[in-house]
Amino acid sequence: MIALLEKLVHTFGPSGQEQAVAAFVQTEIAPYVDDIRQDALGNLIALKRGQAGGKKVMLAAHMDEIGVLVSHVDEKGFCRVRPLGGLGTLVLLSSRVRFANGTIGVFGVEREERKRPGSSEEVPPWEKWYLDVGATSKEDAPVQVGDAAAFYPFFHQQGSRLFAQSMDDRSGCAVLLEVAKRLKKPANDVYFVFTVQEEVGTKGAMTATYGVQPDVGIAVDVTIGSDTPKAMQLGLALGQGAAIKVMDRGMIAHYGVRQALVETAETAGIPYQLEVLPWGTTDARSIQLSREGVPAGAVSIPSRYVHSKAEVVDENDMIAAADLLLTFVRQPVTLG
Amino acid sequence: MSEALYRQAGLFLLLKELSELPGVSGSEKPVREHLARTLRGHVDEMDADALGNLIAVKRGDGTDVTRVAVMAHMDEVGLVVSGADEDGQLKFEMAGGINADILVAQRVSVGSENLRGVIGYKPIHLQSPQERDKHTNKDDLRVDIGAKDSDEALQKAPLGTPVSFVTKMKFAGLAPSTLPEDGRLPEKGRLMGKAFDDRLGCLALTALLRGPRLPFDLYGIFSVQEEVGLRGAPAAAWRVEPDIALILEGTVADDLPRKEDLSPTTRIGAGPAITVLDRHTITDPHLLRYFLAQAEAASIPLQLKQPGVGGTDAQAVQLVKGGVAVAILAVPTRYLHTPVSLFDIQDLINLLHLLQHTMPGLPTALANKHA
Repeated sequence: MIALLEKLVHTFGPSGQEQAVAAFVQTEIAPYVDDIRQDALGNLIALKRGQAGGKKVMLAAHMDEIGVLVSHVDEKGFCRVRPLGGLGTLVLLSSRVRFANGTIGVFGVEREERKRPGSSEEVPPWEKWYLDVGATSKEDAPVQVGDAAAFYPFFHQQGSRLFAQSMDDRSGCAVLLEVAKRLKKPANDVYFVFTVQEEVGTKGAMTATYGVQPDVGIAVDVTIGSDTPKAMQLGLALGQGAAIKVMDRGMIAHYGVRQALVETAETAGIPYQLEVLPWGTTDARSIQLSREGVPAGAVSIPSRYVHSKAEVVDENDMIAAADLLLTFVRQPVTLG
Repeated sequence: MSEALYRQAGLFLLLKELSELPGVSGSEKPVREHLARTLRGHVDEMDADALGNLIAVKRGDGTDVTRVAVMAHMDEVGLVVSGADEDGQLKFEMAGGINADILVAQRVSVGSENLRGVIGYKPIHLQSPQERDKHTNKDDLRVDIGAKDSDEALQKAPLGTPVSFVTKMKFAGLAPSTLPEDGRLPEKGRLMGKAFDDRLGCLALTALLRGPRLPFDLYGIFSVQEEVGLRGAPAAAWRVEPDIALILEGTVADDLPRKEDLSPTTRIGAGPAITVLDRHTITDPHLLRYFLAQAEAASIPLQLKQPGVGGTDAQAVQLVKGGVAVAILAVPTRYLHTPVSLFDIQDLINLLHLLQHTMPGLPTALANKHA
């Protein structure tokens, strides 16, 4: 799983340009599933058939990562950009980004915005930042308006901690691939759905869920690890197990789904923690509201520094998430 | 190649009529009825759905089963009556995004009887120096239809009555001359008028539906209530179930002098604009590539709209059912969401050229999508 994760985080895929990730996932998952298709938005939907009488269980992880998109190239070749997804400007200074064609860009900020004695502590807004792509003019700029970039990829393991720019949500993608590989003769039809455009409004999951029509849906995504200095106390710590979602700002997990996940973890002795997150949401929100409604929940991987150029997760939490999901989809699903 | 779409008889007259008709969000009936009259005999099926979207179907020649929707919204920004003062002045709410500053001293048309009114303002003699500098608050403005008391005002304009701008379409920089004799679009010139957002889209879609048959069934959707939150289009798309939806718009052109080296959203006279990303939507990359390549090959000017700005029906339509591949083509228009906007006829003609050139092969844009 970790080797796959390393390859996944090196694959280019800001929101709207997930094709390379989809191609990689398709190759990896093909030997383990019965059917693969892509829908109109580019969601990759792989099906592992179960036994007669089983339910349709959908697992969703998103392929897209936070990024930026060029909106203007000036006469000297500096690029102005717009964010793709919820990206604050605090992390930008001297950040490197990579474009689909391999071009590297480095963020700079207008001179007057740099902090002076007595200046405000406010972080400059997007309009004050530019991307230096090594150009001297608009004409020789290696990128143009409309091109997208993502943070420069890296991967590193120290102990059980894993560092990369796109743990959100390539760690979830890796967990889904791991489940697919280990899943033999499930009771349920299991749909492994790799979604697009989660970071810009959980969009891919809307159309994918409409197509799949699942009986149960579970998003697999990162959540906020709150075990850092002076963090808001959420009780979510790296290395303490898979986080079973109770609620976030966008949804309340279906009580039956949440309890079924908890009971699965208890019975199988899989470490877990409960997640009550005051921010954000996941594809589970879109799954829940599809058609006439779908019982939906989420299994999360606690992560530090989400939506930055270096996100940190713990290998053991990914293993726990994979174990939990594997056990859950293998057995008949009954929701209380 | 068949006759150019922009040469269709009466297109200029139709644009003038569409621009001048009132069609505030939620009250699109005059526009819908006019479009339906114009399209009769040119399409195979046509009806309005429960929300008032007009859906016209032009059957293909049967060679391609792709379902293609081309969409334009009928509604324009305007006002809606929300009450009356004792002295007979009408209070209002906004339908769509309008800056109250531009309402001052405007002539308006009220309700289906087109009663004339004015949004009055305190004469400069009575304004304090502070008042002269400040921004206008909508709640300080009223629509005056000359009623003597609130009873008369509300009898003439009950709550919910739409209020639209009154602007005759004219050429910019020319004396108000006669119309082109044959009613066709002139080859050049810049036009001033109201509601170009999105009657320009309605016009282009009408021209397309009146044009030659395509290989696939073409669903023309004239949507309602775009300006108040994209409320009509998704319902129409739910019924039509398109594989591809092409949204035609009048979009922001802010090609006016600026201090810094920052590009405008679009420029007028530089061709229609295509969207990569706006505030809410990432358009389909395959359709984007198709239009850019086709425009280049045919030497039709096509500009990229500056990413990150605006929003259209595409946002809602993209997510209908199992998902729709969306693209947005627009005519750059200055002074959007005001009583008088301005666009360049060349951009409209080039949009029609581009549509004529790209529509027959449009499904091929998705042919190799998942290869």
